[in-house]
Amino acid sequence: MAYGSKVLDHYENPRNVGSFDKADPSIGTGMVGAPACGDVMKLQIRVNDDGVIEEARFKTYGCGSAIASSSLLTEWVKGKTLEQAGQIKNTDIAEELALPPVKIHCSVLAEDAIKAAIADYRKKAGKDESVDAA
Amino acid sequence: MRKPIYLDYSATTPVDPRVAQVMCRYLTMEGDFGNPASRSHAFGWEAEKAVERARADVAALIHADPKEIVWTSGATESDNLALKGVARFYQNKGRHIVTVKTEHKAILDTTRQLEREGFEVTYLDPEPDGLLDLDKLTAALRKDTILVSVMHVNNEIGVIQDLAAIGRIVKPRGIIFHTDAAQSAGKIPIDVNALGVDLLSLSAHKVYGPKGIGALYVRRKPRVRLEAQMHGGGHERGMRSGTLATHQIVGMGEAFRLAHEEMDAEAARLKTLRERLLEGLSDIEEVYVNGDLERRIPGNLNISFNFVEGESLIMALKELAVSSGSACTSASLEPSYVLRALGRNDELAHSSIRFTMGRFTTEEDVEYTIRLLHEKIGRLRELSPLWEMYKDGVDLNSVQWAAH
Repeated sequence: MAYGSKVLDHYENPRNVGSFDKADPSIGTGMVGAPACGDVMKLQIRVNDDGVIEEARFKTYGCGSAIASSSLLTEWVKGKTLEQAGQIKNTDIAEELALPPVKIHCSVLAEDAIKAAIADYRKKAGKDESVDAA
Repeated sequence: MRKPIYLDYSATTPVDPRVAQVMCRYLTMEGDFGNPASRSHAFGWEAEKAVERARADVAALIHADPKEIVWTSGATESDNLALKGVARFYQNKGRHIVTVKTEHKAILDTTRQLEREGFEVTYLDPEPDGLLDLDKLTAALRKDTILVSVMHVNNEIGVIQDLAAIGRIVKPRGIIFHTDAAQSAGKIPIDVNALGVDLLSLSAHKVYGPKGIGALYVRRKPRVRLEAQMHGGGHERGMRSGTLATHQIVGMGEAFRLAHEEMDAEAARLKTLRERLLEGLSDIEEVYVNGDLERRIPGNLNISFNFVEGESLIMALKELAVSSGSACTSASLEPSYVLRALGRNDELAHSSIRFTMGRFTTEEDVEYTIRLLHEKIGRLRELSPLWEMYKDGVDLNSVQWAAH
């Protein structure tokens, strides 16, 4: 698979690799995908009292585009409110990384990951997602 | 840019310089460029002589009679000619064919076509080591079975099927026995009589010959009949029409002659390299060899590095030219059907890398590969949430994954 330079850059120098303590109430964890499908993304966000994402970490099992999509996502969500981060679209990621059509599902997975991380944080903070979404 | 180390000899091989040199003599005005079918002048006679010499060299490698060799464009065409040729010729005798799930697509896609034409095909599951259980084969045979096709050596995992034993089961029943020997020719001894095969597909480019040329062995005693798939001037005793590509044929002949001559020494050398590669990787945790290790061609090592996805590993190994059973390296997004047929779970199929070594692989190449793999596997596992969970003692099979 011949990748564009942005995918290669994120793949060679992934940003924000690592893990936070899942039990910490300020942390939201999203784990999406399945090993059988060839990609699993774990995305974690640290959220401050104002609902702003201060930091993000990821670990990804998957192809180069899956790693690049999640790496890019950790950069994008930093400094965003949960609402803003929840609005990131897979198409934005695919466009930024110039993913080939066969790899679009990697960007979909990244979008799912941030949504799952936000939902996890809200659940832990005792906030119903539907209230926030309204 | 320095070229990567080539470890994909099962995909194709470079033409041996000795072969290329010989081929060049059959192209230009100064050389023997004639049409081997031209009977009226020396140009044709010289070309024909070269073609027949090559035919004898190819026949010699598989202990066949030169008259039993039919030139084709490659193993895919040989497989097509064998399967469709037999099915269509013998269809009044029966319409059942038996093959194996781990066959090359040149077989599986051809049998699918035959199914569309009304033939019935049984696809046998191999055992977890990649080999065929002969009792299962015997059980699959029927009164109307006309053809059994089992590949000699698997292209992904390199395991060697016991063709002689299969031949002993198939032959007394009057069933025609075909094998695709694209991956075994020149690597392990082949004797068509000892193996009991009636049809055997060969390719030049896996044996340091040129691409675009192959052959089909067609047994003469007892005679196996085929319906031609390519019609025209009646070349190759009517089985495959088309002007013979003298330079290609000469290249295949020379390649097979060299392979025959050097096979024993080369096999021993490659086995040592393979053993070193495996030994060098054995201190990495969660590494699995795919397919039987003993009954395998010397140059093949197919391994799964658990918790690391194959395509990302191939990206990390850009200094190496290897292939993967990972879905992400295929257009279909399906992991290797060969590894799945062995019962390997999808994770391990996604994590597999095929190393195939050959004539120009050196000890230094292998040592470099070992070092590189240690470094890159470590890095990718640091990135892998599955590795983290494994290290934390989580049973990955107990996790409810959101399949997508």
